[in-house]
Amino acid sequence: MSAPLLQVQDLVRHYTMPREKLFGPPPVVQALNGVSFSIEAGRSLGIVGESGSGKSTLARLVMALDQPTAGSVRMEGRDLHALPPQELRRARRDFQMVFQDPYGSLDPRQTVERIVCEPLAAQGGASAAERRERAGEALASVGLRANDLGKYPHEFSGGQRQRIAIARALITRPKLIVADEPVSALDVSVQAQVLNLMQDLQARFGVTYMLISHDLAVVNHLCDDVAVLWQGRIVEQGPPQRLFHAAEHPYTRALLEAVPRAEPPGARAAS
Amino acid sequence: MALLEVRNLDVTLQTQRGPARAVRDVSFTLERGQTLGLVGESGCGKSITAMSLMGLLPENAKVGGSIKLEGREIVGLPERQLCELRGDRIGMIFQEPMTALNPVHTVGRQVAEPLRLHRGLSAAAARKEAIALLDRVGIPDAARRIDAYPHQFSGGQRQRITIAMALACGPDLLIADEPTTALDVTIQRQILELIRGLVAERGMALILISHDLGVVAQNVARMMVMYGGEVVEDGPTAEVFANPSHPYTLGLFGARPRLGGPRGGRLTTIPGTVPELVDLPPGCPFAGRCRFTIPECHVTQPPPFAVGPGQHARCIRLDAVAAEKVQVAA
Amino acid sequence: MSAVQLPVATPPVTQGFWRRALRNHSFVLGGLLTLLLVAAAALSLAWTPHNPYDVNIPVRLQGPSGTYWLGTDPYGRDIVSLLLVGARASIVVGVIAVGIGLVVGTAFGLLASARRGWTEEIIMRVADFGFAFPAILSAIMLTAVFGPGMVNAIVAIGIYNIPTFARITRASANAIWAREFVLAARACGKGAFSITMEHVLPNILSVLIVQATIRFAIAILAEAALSYLGLGTQPPQPSWGRMLSEAQTLLFQAPMLAVYPGVAIALAVLGLNLMGDGLRDVFDPRLARKR
Repeated sequence: MSAPLLQVQDLVRHYTMPREKLFGPPPVVQALNGVSFSIEAGRSLGIVGESGSGKSTLARLVMALDQPTAGSVRMEGRDLHALPPQELRRARRDFQMVFQDPYGSLDPRQTVERIVCEPLAAQGGASAAERRERAGEALASVGLRANDLGKYPHEFSGGQRQRIAIARALITRPKLIVADEPVSALDVSVQAQVLNLMQDLQARFGVTYMLISHDLAVVNHLCDDVAVLWQGRIVEQGPPQRLFHAAEHPYTRALLEAVPRAEPPGARAAS
Repeated sequence: MALLEVRNLDVTLQTQRGPARAVRDVSFTLERGQTLGLVGESGCGKSITAMSLMGLLPENAKVGGSIKLEGREIVGLPERQLCELRGDRIGMIFQEPMTALNPVHTVGRQVAEPLRLHRGLSAAAARKEAIALLDRVGIPDAARRIDAYPHQFSGGQRQRITIAMALACGPDLLIADEPTTALDVTIQRQILELIRGLVAERGMALILISHDLGVVAQNVARMMVMYGGEVVEDGPTAEVFANPSHPYTLGLFGARPRLGGPRGGRLTTIPGTVPELVDLPPGCPFAGRCRFTIPECHVTQPPPFAVGPGQHARCIRLDAVAAEKVQVAA
Repeated sequence: MSAVQLPVATPPVTQGFWRRALRNHSFVLGGLLTLLLVAAAALSLAWTPHNPYDVNIPVRLQGPSGTYWLGTDPYGRDIVSLLLVGARASIVVGVIAVGIGLVVGTAFGLLASARRGWTEEIIMRVADFGFAFPAILSAIMLTAVFGPGMVNAIVAIGIYNIPTFARITRASANAIWAREFVLAARACGKGAFSITMEHVLPNILSVLIVQATIRFAIAILAEAALSYLGLGTQPPQPSWGRMLSEAQTLLFQAPMLAVYPGVAIALAVLGLNLMGDGLRDVFDPRLARKR
């Protein structure tokens, strides 16, 4: 049996804050306290958590943008944090990230072409013409046009910018895409478009998602497995149907209950 | 006499690219104790509608129509008189508790501010009142925490503090503009419960603005759906959810991924994107994106048609929409 | 007082730059004055009404006339020609001194911002040390040690500019490093150098440009001060500062001798400051709102 696509083992991340008192230990923020899970190729995982749960920290550690205090992140069996820098850079081809803020994650001073090509340029080896072609392909697969390549981010709406961000994540044909709240900053109707797109990409390119969201409905829509993160630990894990209908952990239940249902109390359901 | 009466409200903003009709022909009435929800996506004009109730629009905004608070016309009121209303008769809560509070003043000072301003209370009396308010909104150990600074509180607590500020002078109308969007879902529930409780307890009127259909469904008795600056559908919440009539409302309801819904199903989407307010064509703002569009839709803004008890929709194609719904159900 | 904010994405501030710039009064006025300064200096390379080096005692201290438009100085030199060539000295010193500060200071600032930690601490403390000395004093010290002259004046003023640019660059660069698109670049595997050159520097350019115009004005003042003290541009090369110094002893006999170079300095500095103010407004993203 081959190694899972992503395997996170006992991941711990503590941050030491600046000293508040002259004597005595500085305060420590325990962002992650031993998180373990694995993702098989083709089975997307949703990480559900609120603020302070450690989900952003988890995303950064999985993307090797930060060093863990303890534990390991293995991509297809290789420990990312143990790789020499050159190897790590090459390995990045296989995992890319989509960020939450469509307005902040694109450099306002670069053209869409440069933005989308960045992961490819960082890998090196492709000629300028090849890069432009791949950029055009990537844009087409997210529903944008080739002549959008020369434009700047501010010429696009939030939803379109998120598509550009997704195109950037796709250009190296990665196996894993870590999406950190990819639709939270978008309007409902735009959210739907982007979610449908992400679903299509899953089917077409066989890309696996690690989707982080506070929104259970979004996770339910895209993921085969769900893990609930609370105060730096995974408190419950399983397929969405089971979790959402028969949650065991009190936090999961509290989370589910808190979501306002789109049905007025005492009214019959929409036909 | 109704507490709030808005008739044919029109707001035109000056943007870099020319005038933008941000609010078009909005009318509604609100009595004490009633709750109203404004639903829509960004750029639909819901926040601007709320701002015009407080007179908080940019200087170059042109406002047409009438807003009457207990029979008194607010449109065109000089700034000084508007200041007397704000915080005293109308309270407002904003989306970002981080920025709604001044980081260099203590919490107590900020909550007491409206009291000192409008009620002329002395510092000591205002402080006592502030402690009582903080306690009512659920800040634990209010007497001690009144001298703390905003950064020493969590996001949810900061929002509670802004609620206390908004309610300090016992306003008749509370406007809450996306009060829970920036908060975690578990905190969101608590804050909404708090707002509901306070509104019922003090017999205030509530205008709740949100993009979240769930929040609206659970918290207001009547709702208005806004798009392109106009109210495309309005009515009792239960009725609108049971029988959405306007094509945009249908699109909005269909676009939401549902918890426990079937996995792998596609979400219905509304093709295209929301037009900018400055680019709005004449006629129905939804024309073109709407699959029921006919040439007439581009000509004039549709008037509201009754589609149920107390429910209206601004669409000339309601029959076609209803027919399709029947077909789908069959 | 408004609290309304239409949700928009701000374009990069250079979009429609000239359109906005030409509508900004400060920029236009300041730009014209600066252009005047540059034109004067450029003109002096090709032509001056008279030779500014021509000492001609018989015609000394004359008032304005058909031949000598603003009159002559104590050595019989034509004042207009002196002003034109003096403009050259001001500009050369200004450009090179600011250039030194800009290039070296910005490099240090970018380095501090990219490396953080000890590198940043050391660079910033050294910059603080540089700030501790009043500008003119440092310039005087340097020229006293290495001797007077235009080149040394340039170096002295240039060195003084380095800590300013280092500090400003570091502060602006830190803000850019915190942005999400930089995180996205790191997630691609880009190194600190590439990120600095491709993402950070282009996004802080507007701040640097504004700062450069302001420092240019200060450099002109500094050059005038140094020449006034006899430490900057040396005779016979014309300099506005030295014209002021020479006019001092004759203040009651020929007061206009001090007025002309004084006005020239004032206009140059005013022009640059206005242009810098205008640029700052033009670059301000809040004013560049457009979707």
